Amino acid sequence: MKITFNWLKDHLDTNLKEDKLLEQLTNIGLEVERVENISSDLDLFKIAKIVKTEKHPNADRLKVCDVFVGEKEIKKVICGAPNAREGLITIYAPPGAVIPKTKSKLVVAKIRNVTSYGMLCSESELNLSDESDGIIELSTKKFKKNIGKSYFFKNNSNLIDLSITPNRPDCLGVKGIARDLAASGFGKLKSFKEKKIKSKNNQTIKVKISKEKNQGCSSFGSCLITNVKNIESPKWLKDKLVSIGQKPISAIVDITNYVMFDLNRPLHAYDADKIEKGIIIRNSKSGEEFTALDNKIYKLNEGMCVISDNKGVLGLGGIIGGTRSGTELNTKNILLESAYFKPRSIRRTSKELNLDTDAKFRFERGIDPLSIEEGLNKAALLIKEICGGEISKIDVQKIEKDKTKTVKFNTSLFEKITGFKISTKEMVKILEDLGFKIKKEKKNLRITIPTWRPDISQEIDIVEELVRITGYDKIKIVDPIKERTKSTLTQPQKFFHFLQRAIASKGYLETITWSFTDANYNDYFKDKNKEIKIINPISSDLGVLRNSIFSNLILYMSKNLDRGAKDLSIFEIGPVFIGSNPGEQKTVVGGLSAGKRSRLSWIEKERNVDVFDAKRDVVQTLVEAGYNSDKFFIDSETPNYYHPGKSGRLILNENKDQLAAYFGEIHPNIIKKIDIKTDSLIGFEIFVDNFKLSKKSLNDQKTKFEVSDYQKSERDFAFIINKDVKAQDLINAISSIDQKLISNIKVFDVYEGENIPENQKSIAISVTIQSSEKTLNDNDLENINNSIIKTVENKTGAKIRS
Amino acid sequence: MSDIKNIKNDYLAKLNKNLSLEEINQIKTELLGKNGLISSQFKNIGSIQETDRKKFASELNQIKDDLQKIINDKISEIESKKINEKLEKEKIDVTLPERSFVRGKIHPVSQTIDEISSIFSEIGFSVEEGPDIENEYNNFTALNTPDNHPARDMHDTFYLDENKEILLRTHTSPVQIRTMMKDKPPFKIIAPGRTYRSDSDQTHAPMFHQVEGLHIDKNINMGHLKGCLNYFIKEFFEVEKIKMRFRPSHFPFTEPSAEVDIGYEIKDGKIIIGEGDQWLEILGCGMVHPNVLKNVKVDPLKYQGYAFGIGIDRLAMLKYGINDLRAFFECDYRWLNHFGFDPLDVPTNYRGLSR
Repeated sequence: MKITFNWLKDHLDTNLKEDKLLEQLTNIGLEVERVENISSDLDLFKIAKIVKTEKHPNADRLKVCDVFVGEKEIKKVICGAPNAREGLITIYAPPGAVIPKTKSKLVVAKIRNVTSYGMLCSESELNLSDESDGIIELSTKKFKKNIGKSYFFKNNSNLIDLSITPNRPDCLGVKGIARDLAASGFGKLKSFKEKKIKSKNNQTIKVKISKEKNQGCSSFGSCLITNVKNIESPKWLKDKLVSIGQKPISAIVDITNYVMFDLNRPLHAYDADKIEKGIIIRNSKSGEEFTALDNKIYKLNEGMCVISDNKGVLGLGGIIGGTRSGTELNTKNILLESAYFKPRSIRRTSKELNLDTDAKFRFERGIDPLSIEEGLNKAALLIKEICGGEISKIDVQKIEKDKTKTVKFNTSLFEKITGFKISTKEMVKILEDLGFKIKKEKKNLRITIPTWRPDISQEIDIVEELVRITGYDKIKIVDPIKERTKSTLTQPQKFFHFLQRAIASKGYLETITWSFTDANYNDYFKDKNKEIKIINPISSDLGVLRNSIFSNLILYMSKNLDRGAKDLSIFEIGPVFIGSNPGEQKTVVGGLSAGKRSRLSWIEKERNVDVFDAKRDVVQTLVEAGYNSDKFFIDSETPNYYHPGKSGRLILNENKDQLAAYFGEIHPNIIKKIDIKTDSLIGFEIFVDNFKLSKKSLNDQKTKFEVSDYQKSERDFAFIINKDVKAQDLINAISSIDQKLISNIKVFDVYEGENIPENQKSIAISVTIQSSEKTLNDNDLENINNSIIKTVENKTGAKIRS
Repeated sequence: MSDIKNIKNDYLAKLNKNLSLEEINQIKTELLGKNGLISSQFKNIGSIQETDRKKFASELNQIKDDLQKIINDKISEIESKKINEKLEKEKIDVTLPERSFVRGKIHPVSQTIDEISSIFSEIGFSVEEGPDIENEYNNFTALNTPDNHPARDMHDTFYLDENKEILLRTHTSPVQIRTMMKDKPPFKIIAPGRTYRSDSDQTHAPMFHQVEGLHIDKNINMGHLKGCLNYFIKEFFEVEKIKMRFRPSHFPFTEPSAEVDIGYEIKDGKIIIGEGDQWLEILGCGMVHPNVLKNVKVDPLKYQGYAFGIGIDRLAMLKYGINDLRAFFECDYRWLNHFGFDPLDVPTNYRGLSR
């Protein structure tokens, strides 16, 4: 909502300054978004006379004009307007001026090698009208004495742009804002004796609101004005509209706009001669069409509130009028409409047609139903004053009775909610200043709510009014008590934060990417999940919810490689979606690593990152999080976006129902399709929600501290075994022998090739044997040795390498 | 007697020469070996007259100790010389780079969430979460924003179905609803998380982060709300003084509602919080609307309290001097390295929120 202090003063008596006004507006909840100094910009636009024109040496259609702007120095201005000619009085904008239409700032510029100092303006460039053919022609008679003076009326009032919250339709009119300010002690609301139409003429166009279900119009006021002459608005009216950034059009349109901005009372003017036999306000039929004032043809659905005549739809009530009955400069007879349309109906229609207008914005928030006649009176009298003609009596059709709302307000609620007190007397004063009517009862106030406040319906709304006007600065701070009765984080939340920092500590940069992603990328990683489409995505490449962290992560990995990163690890912890219902999401940590380790090192051998880097990061993280790696179960069943041979799955228990993680190389096909340029790309996913978190603390989960001081011995074994047997099977076989004696098993070599039969491999294992009860003698050790060899050979088909 | 003195003098002379380790060891054996010159003298002690015996023994011991010490010194001198010679050859250029290491970082938004949780933890809030996909009821209707309410237009909503019943939550406020539906009052929670709105420009991202706060109990009023936020802002920005302004606003789910501005100024291109005459809006809050309490079966005559919603990304930008919201989600490794936090920097109360 745009206002000026000057306009406010039409309704408000005050000596206070503008800076105070700005502060007060914000303090009472009418937030000042922006203050624009229009007039100082417009001051630069001078009345000027063209004293000479020449053809531009390098362009046929351009002229080089010598312009007199009241100074000694004649300005050279290049102009393309066909009407630029010697002797013409027009408007000159110097370099530095901001052109209202384009908001661009003029600079001294060379146009085809001739320097132009400023510009001569058309009406359209100055937002005075749509006239853009040629520059403004001012009457020599009127303006010849004013050359060099500023064209625009000097206006010291800044344009103040307010952000009006949707609950305050009354403040979409200058008068409503003035009322609020006055209630808060900023000046005094002027009271006018409303001028009323005195006429003997009847309104002769018949208006009927059809009584049907979901009728969107409850009352319709109208007034017929005959024999008008629609002309250009007088300067005061034009200035008023220009001061709030509106473009003057013609007197009739300008007057209806003026009343709308002043009182928040939208009006509509019809060319009465174009209405065929009276007006009917009714629900539309499916498929009805009309051309609206925005020159678009709208096809209507059933049940939209239309203003119609015998021939069809004239306009959408409270939203937009139609071209068929629009007023023009030669309009003679006008029917002025002032009606009440229901917010719900307005909202539904505008949504369905995707149509947004100023009138819609206002009706949707709620117009004062009792302002119908006030608006008609004010506008009709102005039209008569400016355009002449005869005004009829006002006709108001109503199909619903006006209701008044009352609230019983227990005054003690104020302190209960705000924590401070004000007297009942103060309450009554504030509310009455805001237009409420108060009847005092014992403990309560019986409050009648003004019709322009649709937002108020219960006691708490009254508290808000009172505290808002009293000032939020009166609320006393109560310092919080530092006391905790419940732990801040739950077990899963702690786990989340632990994993986040554990992964980062392994060299991964944490990223946050959109929860939505490109369907093409999602396809690569969605596995068995179904795609979840967003109905109205921000762009087609963010059209689906992600089924995996990888789709976005790999895209950003690729972008970073393009930016010049070579060896990079990034991760994200966040939601992936498995269905489109609330809760159908899982928390996943996804990490990607690209490139090499020890690139260009003078001391270390460089190598590509590989599956065992990913495995280490996963295993180390889970061990740090408190899980025993001896109990991990690992196999190679992974989704199809991993390299089928170089990826693994980590499960926390033997029952295999706690899938903890996948790790491995990303499938080469995907790398190729996405066209990622890197030596190697590996990834992992940890499924945070799959972990059954123990209720016991980590401390309680620990066994008793026991160490053995008896001598330990390490024995090495090399087994020849079929290639497809897993190292894990050998380890499991050995550890099953005697957990009391075998304290550690480590694979230290894997070998295929020379001296090893085809399809077989050699695995070398070091086993640490130690008893907690005694020092083992040679005999004991020999027994265990034999047992290890026998068990491994029996269980896995391996052969000890001699 | 003279024997042992001769031995001493002889060997002192020998040891005075430049000797190799082998030669010294040879001398050591000659003197102190099982049958060495000195060792054999000890065997003679018994045969010496009783009157002289004590003196002889004492002198012999003295000579043995002296020679022994000289020999030991010589040996260690040679050994350390040898080591020094070896070290001389082993000298390397330590300005060569160390073995490579990698360093990860925590995203500023995650760090900020941890900071926020730490602050609210101190005054008794616990952390709640809710799903990113919400139904229309929890996101709007239960929050006193019925379908025909224009406030809905302020939220450009992503929908997942044509009926507009399933959506991506536009704020974290539905967590209020979920929390109050599932438990009984009092409630004292914060709920950080992802939120979504379908606009995207320089200052808006289609996804951003909010933290919701809710405190419902008997007699919680606007003074408590002011106190809580005043405390939070001071702690968060780690400044002694903070300029804070509550001004009336409107949210359908709170009444009265307020927006909170903090004072700032720009000094040398940097934003300084808590000083200056400029105001910056950082959050919205208010007393939970009785209609909302009714919707979640909490009796508004018995219970009341406040709620607030803070833009996390915005807070992080202010605190850490980040200018561009979009950069949070662009994952540029240079940006992440620059603005990210070391994973060891866990914000805590006793160590301070930030270094």
